Amino acid sequence: MTKDRGDLLQGTLDMLVLKALQLEPMHGWGITERIEQWSEQVLQLGQGTLYPALYRLERQGFITSGWDVTENSRRARYYSLTRQGRRQLETELAQWRRASRAINKVLDASAP
Amino acid sequence: MRWMAETWRRLRSLARRDNLELGLDEEIRFHIERQTDKNLRAGMTPAEARRQAHLTFGGVERVKERTRDEFRPVLLQDSLLDLRYGVRALRRAPVFTLAATLTLALGIGATTAVFTVVNGVLIKPLPFRDADALVSLKHTAADVNGGPPVGMCLSMLVTYARENRSFEQIGVWSRGSGTVTDGGVPEEVTTLNVSAGTLRAVGVQPAIGRWFSEPDQAPGSPETVILADGYWRRRFGGDQAIVGRQIAIDSRPRLVIGVMPASFRFLDETPDLVLPVRIDPARLTLGGFNYDGIARLAAGVTREQADADLRRMVPLWMAAWPSFPGIDRAAFAGTIPLVRPLKQELIGGAGDMLWVLMGTIGIVLAIACANVANLVLVRAQARQHALVLQAALGAGRGRLARQVLVENLVLGLLGGTAGLALAAAGLGVLPAIGSAGIPRVREITIDPIVLIFTLVVSLSTALVFGSIPVFTLAPRRLAMTLRSGGRGSSDSRERNRVRNLLAAGQLALAMILLVAAGLMMRTFLALRHVPPGFTEPAHVQLVRITIPETDVSEPERVLPVQRAMLDRLAAMPGVTGVSFTGNVPMAGERSRSSIVREDVPIADQRGSPIRWFRYVAPGYFQTIGTRLVAGRDFTWTDLEARRDVAVVSENLAREFWREPQAAIGKRIREGDTSPWREVVGVVGDVYDEGVHRAAPPIVYWPAVMESFQGQPINVRRAVTFAIRSSRAGSESFVSQVREAISSVRPEIALTRVRTLADVYGRSLAATSFALVMLTIAASMALVLGIIGIYGVVAYSVAQRTREIGIRAALGASRGELAGTFVRRGVTLACAGVACGLAGAAVVTRLMASLLFGTRPLDAGVYAVVALGLIGVAALASYVPARAAARVDPLCVLRGE
Repeated sequence: MTKDRGDLLQGTLDMLVLKALQLEPMHGWGITERIEQWSEQVLQLGQGTLYPALYRLERQGFITSGWDVTENSRRARYYSLTRQGRRQLETELAQWRRASRAINKVLDASAP
Repeated sequence: MRWMAETWRRLRSLARRDNLELGLDEEIRFHIERQTDKNLRAGMTPAEARRQAHLTFGGVERVKERTRDEFRPVLLQDSLLDLRYGVRALRRAPVFTLAATLTLALGIGATTAVFTVVNGVLIKPLPFRDADALVSLKHTAADVNGGPPVGMCLSMLVTYARENRSFEQIGVWSRGSGTVTDGGVPEEVTTLNVSAGTLRAVGVQPAIGRWFSEPDQAPGSPETVILADGYWRRRFGGDQAIVGRQIAIDSRPRLVIGVMPASFRFLDETPDLVLPVRIDPARLTLGGFNYDGIARLAAGVTREQADADLRRMVPLWMAAWPSFPGIDRAAFAGTIPLVRPLKQELIGGAGDMLWVLMGTIGIVLAIACANVANLVLVRAQARQHALVLQAALGAGRGRLARQVLVENLVLGLLGGTAGLALAAAGLGVLPAIGSAGIPRVREITIDPIVLIFTLVVSLSTALVFGSIPVFTLAPRRLAMTLRSGGRGSSDSRERNRVRNLLAAGQLALAMILLVAAGLMMRTFLALRHVPPGFTEPAHVQLVRITIPETDVSEPERVLPVQRAMLDRLAAMPGVTGVSFTGNVPMAGERSRSSIVREDVPIADQRGSPIRWFRYVAPGYFQTIGTRLVAGRDFTWTDLEARRDVAVVSENLAREFWREPQAAIGKRIREGDTSPWREVVGVVGDVYDEGVHRAAPPIVYWPAVMESFQGQPINVRRAVTFAIRSSRAGSESFVSQVREAISSVRPEIALTRVRTLADVYGRSLAATSFALVMLTIAASMALVLGIIGIYGVVAYSVAQRTREIGIRAALGASRGELAGTFVRRGVTLACAGVACGLAGAAVVTRLMASLLFGTRPLDAGVYAVVALGLIGVAALASYVPARAAARVDPLCVLRGE
């Protein structure tokens, strides 16, 4: 498989999952695909982490799940954002932006 | 709020666990299929596509396990785990568990027992509908006498019932007795005499039949009675058809109109019969305050408004009725009504004492808590290695703290359960340790409020003693312990400091309790030391008899009957004195009226002072042992010839004439129209209201008089015989007394069979109850405190065995070695006693109202308690110290 697979920063997985669900409810596979696609194949989720993350987010009340039928008539569990999840996403995004801006500034600083 | 939602979700997920498990399987399968599809589209062979899909996904089982971890209800399961672990740990240390549980059971049990009493007496509302609206009505007449307030008279009831604007119901009641002579043996019963408004005010409906109404109390109507449930079952076997029957009470037929329910209790009275008070407005006067008033406030009326309303009605009452025969009506002018909550009136002074007890027992609980904390601390030290290991394996500090805490909560609940059992047993023996001084004693039960209290106390106790070792679990300390190979020297020093603090604190608290018990003991001794005005009360048998009008109608014939009985009683073997009185001293049987002196102009007598009256037969003073100070006793001739004579108490003689001798020959009377009566004797004071109160001045009148209080001839039909004999109180003696009396009149029943010592004991009941309770509390505190000191010293000996061995090897003598440890114990004790002294000086102020003949700062008590405590502490530390001195240096050094 792709060698330059991006290792996710600790704690960012939950944010990415929430982000992926921002537009519409999706099943686990869909979330993997969506993130891969958006990151232009850089970020590939280890499945070992995705499902625990989904259950964790559900337990925390940020997402809910329900069984539905896919476009080719397969039963699948769909996840969708709750209102609390949307708020959480906004908070995390704001935090992330602040942090990454700061990190970028540090990295861009010219050596004295 | 968030944790609640979280807990709910976890609980829900626990329930849906199987569901989720199946879902997860399906979900993963779906995922892998899609991945395979994708791989196929990328041009792989089906087999390869499948293999790659699985590879990408990783270990299915591992993913499932990690996912399961996410929805596992961690907190709940862990708590159950902690609980199981705690129970197991406690079972592994049975001695510790037993010691801690017993200590806690004592502390919590004592606290629960006292709280049960406080709850039953002070907190619970009276068992009547809307009991807060019930008030007691009393009156004081400030100008005339400074005595305790009196109740109400019937003329007041009539005026108040007609004129009041603040009561929904108003009534009067009094206790009495009667003889049921309904065939068979005459039976003496207790009665509750009430006006119609009283039962309506408390609102208890009869179980069968009807209530009294106004016609029942009108003169000339048929006489009626309501039976109490207990009496109805005992005497009539619960006969449903009883209503409408007639029973003979005091030889007069009365119509049974109802039966009260089994739950009926009127304040502290449990009467056999309820009788209506007869009110004949044509014959009512001012005065005769022989009833207690009770009223139910109308909705929205405050006690202050009711009080104002009563003050408005007092002049109306004065204007409406003639004065009591021979009494100056001006004497009633200063009558002031007193409205108090019925509950407060019933509780009286018991509240103070009970709160002192509650505080006392709280201290015992604190000491027990400190002891258990010490035990837990020692145990924590012993288990340190296990805890450190757990910490090293990744258990967080919070996790460890929770584990210790859960274990302690289990301990607290164990102690609480055992304590509840102890409390229940203790309340069972309450009557034996003198509950006579406690009002509402029948309402003391372990109810839900008590159970909640016990639970809260158990858990908070566990939190207190449990948090001390948790506090010493700081991670820094754990790390240090690991480094020092599990021995934890610096750490244990800190813990020793906590232990010392606990031990000294325990002694300080024990000191406070011992001082309180000491003061109570002084009070009790001081009370016992006051000569009550009679001697050897245990040898004075008292029995009350009533000669009804139906039996002996002419008043003149009552005295000969009574004298015939006295003669029979005097002839009994071993009887050294016999007489009778209208009312027994110290028994709360009081009769009071005003007194006028002949030798002072009436204008200078400031109204007519109201004094206690007692009607006695000749030989009364000699029989009960009241000293004759001057003059002489009544003689039978005085009574038979109806001479106008009187005897007064010494304090009354001094008040009126300065000298007892000067009283002889002076003349007094009880009303303006009565004949003057000559004082022929002066006798010693009797502490009629209990020895802790001043002896009231008393006028003794002969048992038969002419023209007394407006009656042509005044006799006592209900009298109490006093018989002095060393056999008083025994069954055989009482049955001989019964025979002697029935040989004169077979139909007369004996009532209130008791000795004068019983009466005297009851007057001390409140004090002796407080003394017993405080002594129990103080002894518990002492024992626990001493165990505390012993524990600290013994532990430090065990810790320093090696050091002792080296010192012994270097030539330290046994005395020196033992001295080190005894000094340590004594130092702790001194610190504790010093704090205790200060604490006691503050705390004992609260019990000032319970003391007599001593002060809260009684130097003697403080000194004895302080020295005693230090002495006992020295002894307690000597025992382990001697063990230290016996350490064999060779053994110790070889052991290393």
